[in-house]
Amino acid sequence: MFHVKHFDVVVVGGGHAGTEAAHAAARRGVRVALVTLKSDAIGVMSCNPAIGGLGKGHLVREIDALDGLMGRAADAAGIQFRLLNRSKGPAVQGPRAQMDRDLYRTAIQAEVLAHPLLDVIEGEVVDFALKGAEIRGVELASGARISAGAVVLTTGTFLRGTIHIGSERRSGGRMGEASADRLSARFADFGVTLGRLKTGTPPRLDTASINWAELEMQAGDDQPEMLSFLSKRPAIQQISCGITHTNAETHQIIRENLDKSAMYGGAIDGVGPRYCPSIEDKIVRFADRDAHQVFLEPEGLMAKTVYPNGISTSLPVDVQVSYVRSIKGLRTAEILQPGYAIEYDYVDPRNLAPSLELQSCANLFLAGQINGTTGYEEAGAQGLVAGLNAAARARNLEQISLDRTTSYIGVMLDDLTTRGVTEPYRMFTSRAEFRLSLRADNADQRLTRLGIHLGCVGPVRAQAFEAKQGKLDKGMDFLVGHQISAADLKKTGINAAADGRKRSLFEALSIPCATVEALTRAVPELGMFEPETSRQLQRDATYAPYVKRQLADAEALKRDSAMRIPADFPFASLAGLSGELRAKLADARPVNLAQASRIEGVTPAALTLLLARLRQADRSKRSA
Amino acid sequence: MKDTIFAEATARGKAGVAVVRLSGPGAHDAVRVLAGDIPAARQAGLRVLRAGDDVLDEALVLIFEEGASFTGEAVAELHLHGSGAVVASALSALGKMPGLRPAEAGEFTRRALENGRLDLTEIEALGDLIEAETDVQRRQALTVKSGALRDAAERLRTDLVRSAALLEASIDFADEEVPEDVVPEVTGLLDQAAVAMRQLVAGSYAAERIRDGFEVAIVGAPNVGKSTLLNRLAGRDAAITSDIAGTTRDVIEVRMDLQGLPVTLLDTAGLRDSEDTVERIGVARARDRAAGADLRVFLIMGAEPAETNLLRAEDIVLQAKSDSGRLNAEDGISGLTGAGVDGLIDRIVGVLGQRAQGASVATRDRHRVAFQASLAYLDAARPLLEAGSDGFDLAAAELRMATAAIDQVIGRVDVESLLDEIFSSFCIGK
Repeated sequence: MFHVKHFDVVVVGGGHAGTEAAHAAARRGVRVALVTLKSDAIGVMSCNPAIGGLGKGHLVREIDALDGLMGRAADAAGIQFRLLNRSKGPAVQGPRAQMDRDLYRTAIQAEVLAHPLLDVIEGEVVDFALKGAEIRGVELASGARISAGAVVLTTGTFLRGTIHIGSERRSGGRMGEASADRLSARFADFGVTLGRLKTGTPPRLDTASINWAELEMQAGDDQPEMLSFLSKRPAIQQISCGITHTNAETHQIIRENLDKSAMYGGAIDGVGPRYCPSIEDKIVRFADRDAHQVFLEPEGLMAKTVYPNGISTSLPVDVQVSYVRSIKGLRTAEILQPGYAIEYDYVDPRNLAPSLELQSCANLFLAGQINGTTGYEEAGAQGLVAGLNAAARARNLEQISLDRTTSYIGVMLDDLTTRGVTEPYRMFTSRAEFRLSLRADNADQRLTRLGIHLGCVGPVRAQAFEAKQGKLDKGMDFLVGHQISAADLKKTGINAAADGRKRSLFEALSIPCATVEALTRAVPELGMFEPETSRQLQRDATYAPYVKRQLADAEALKRDSAMRIPADFPFASLAGLSGELRAKLADARPVNLAQASRIEGVTPAALTLLLARLRQADRSKRSA
Repeated sequence: MKDTIFAEATARGKAGVAVVRLSGPGAHDAVRVLAGDIPAARQAGLRVLRAGDDVLDEALVLIFEEGASFTGEAVAELHLHGSGAVVASALSALGKMPGLRPAEAGEFTRRALENGRLDLTEIEALGDLIEAETDVQRRQALTVKSGALRDAAERLRTDLVRSAALLEASIDFADEEVPEDVVPEVTGLLDQAAVAMRQLVAGSYAAERIRDGFEVAIVGAPNVGKSTLLNRLAGRDAAITSDIAGTTRDVIEVRMDLQGLPVTLLDTAGLRDSEDTVERIGVARARDRAAGADLRVFLIMGAEPAETNLLRAEDIVLQAKSDSGRLNAEDGISGLTGAGVDGLIDRIVGVLGQRAQGASVATRDRHRVAFQASLAYLDAARPLLEAGSDGFDLAAAELRMATAAIDQVIGRVDVESLLDEIFSSFCIGK
């Protein structure tokens, strides 16, 4: 009999979901064990060496607002910062940074190891310890058992993972690691539905073999936009990325060898993401294009490897070599690690509650790629939520509940648990119907106070936040409390409707083209505001009229959410709907009208029908 | 288990036949109780209806099966002799059966909606069809009932969704290989949608007139024969006529079917300055109603001009009392002899018929309001798009609202009150 160790929370997996989960639980003051196969692989970036982007940058900021790891680690390891969509409105701007892969991993590991309540245990989890339908801990391959109040499973692509390179295939979650087939089988016992997805990676190139001199180079922004609210400037030297393009020869080579591709040869049946196609996919689906862009992203300051973003593949190695060498700048390129496609099982996230706890098995939380998502940021955000809620479960604390009106994380949780996934789920700004209020720049204003309340935000961030919020509040009071006439506005160059009405300075700022700078000409006190405070107030003002208008939508959403659908509601016999839609509803079992409305294919007419039926059920209950 | 409901489907009062309709799971059994057995579905069968030993009536019985009926439920119809006593005895016998109850107002239609047999626009059109008094009204109601409005709304929705998708693509995939400039295609689609919506809005006024009837006011000085003309047109003595100027004080309305067009004729007080308080009120009212009418028929004597501040293009000006033989008959009219009356009807129908041609499938205020709201959002989106990518996020928000407004036409969920309003306008049993 092995010694049984006890923790409040056990986190299985040391990737982006796992580390956020473990650290978040520990921040709430509970004892956490992070079980991983190899402790030096904690925080590894297994795909592209970048953090953030559109929608993704929003998630990183939200993780950061709740004092998570990703933003700070990314700022410590960032070698090129770019704010995407800089020419568009702040609501859709997304901060993104290239990473030094080693430094990122080092930064994450340092945070994980430094937390006094967090223990790292090396081992392979092979089974759960169960009591009835409740998880009580995990069992390791060594035979050791770890008991815990709650378990967070973040095994990524390790569930029945299969790697494909051409016709070659082998079992494994990532290159060189064993997969967790036994756990996969275990899920059958929980009555959980599994699906199969695929994703691909490009070949990694040797930086010394690339002819950088003939490539177009792209530098980072002059004024880097950091990922964490706590960072001021990049920590290390900044570099440029190379840009090159595929050409007719490249396409020819790929076309001729399509039958050797694992994907096109029919070896893979998992569904890949439409928005991140392999180079084979691009050439077949966009046959009329004669070039595709390839970003050459160095994996670090000292790193030997370069990540060619845009040419992920599952072709055989020799074909990879020849198509890579057909590309400008890569004529003599050496492949250090071939590209590969990976297929893996995921758990249909509709089996989960919005807390990410498995509905059919108490105390078991799932986060990350195992739930059908893709991307470090999506994984990290789920890990954060699962970790906070696992801690809550273990110690009977308040759960974190985020909805669509307050955060991208809430959007993701709702999408996953009500709509499920048909392809690897990635965040986009267009998924967030309230995106004008859910901006990357105000994630802290939206969430940090909640984090402080839940006890997952440390004193350093809490202080920094309160100081910043204090300035914003003061600035806001001033703007709302002072009025200006249209005539005075005109003098500053701002054209307001001459309706004789006085506007508050805040209202004036929401007029298109109005700026704090211009207003300062009429109201010199505004010059006293710190530039960052001014900028933020400016952004808030720009969107204020829209946010106000969306309040009605948010209210409608609340009303629809309050329209509960009984658990035994007979979706399958709902007359007037197509059989397909009935099946979808019966499958998803939305708990309220708002959720039903977000199920794919549900039309306004279908909703009206559903509403009518609900009210009818309600009426007959009342009259009964 | 749902209640089975029943109600008289035909209008109350003596008639050759009165139909009582039943809908719900117990509909067929209820008829079995009354008639002993039921005929095969969709085949009329003559049955003697009994309540205990009491024979209620000999009736034609029609059975519709679940899924193949107006409400989508099991339905039965009893075609009774149209006497108040017969109908009352049948309703009373049904009311005593367990699981059966009288239908609430609009409940049959509500069930048709709940069971997906009709959508909102179809239900509205069904209401119009039931109310239709003229051919033009009937045709309009049938067009909408066959889904013309829903289809128009769906087409608009498709354009708006495509526009939004283009914008979203340029926002969310800015760092990838996205289409270059999406603005031309988006503005093209929005323009196309706006044109369609403007047409729907413009035609909604005529469509509403077709639903509610056009108003045609007869206007003129006192004692030019306005009331006599009205009575002639109506074919009955709707208004009091006399030789005394100022006989008509109030506005008198007569609803008519003019070659298929629903028209309400208004007889108004003769326009003159009066010392009489009541007559003054009548004259003011006459001016108001005449100004608000769709068309005015001016009766004038001799060269005296028509009230120019009421006269609009297309209004009809006629020489009154052409029976007196004082003036030529070209534009003369006489309510007394009927001279020129057919010509007047032709002219009214000509003008109004032209307007009715322009009617769109947006037949209600509710539809117009939704399209106008959607247009307003599109108008707001346009300058944002033209200002460059800076305003894409705001333009996308406007498009979202524009689409939501269109959704309301088909019947979106958060318009619960809409359902109530629609159903409350339906009579029991219909």
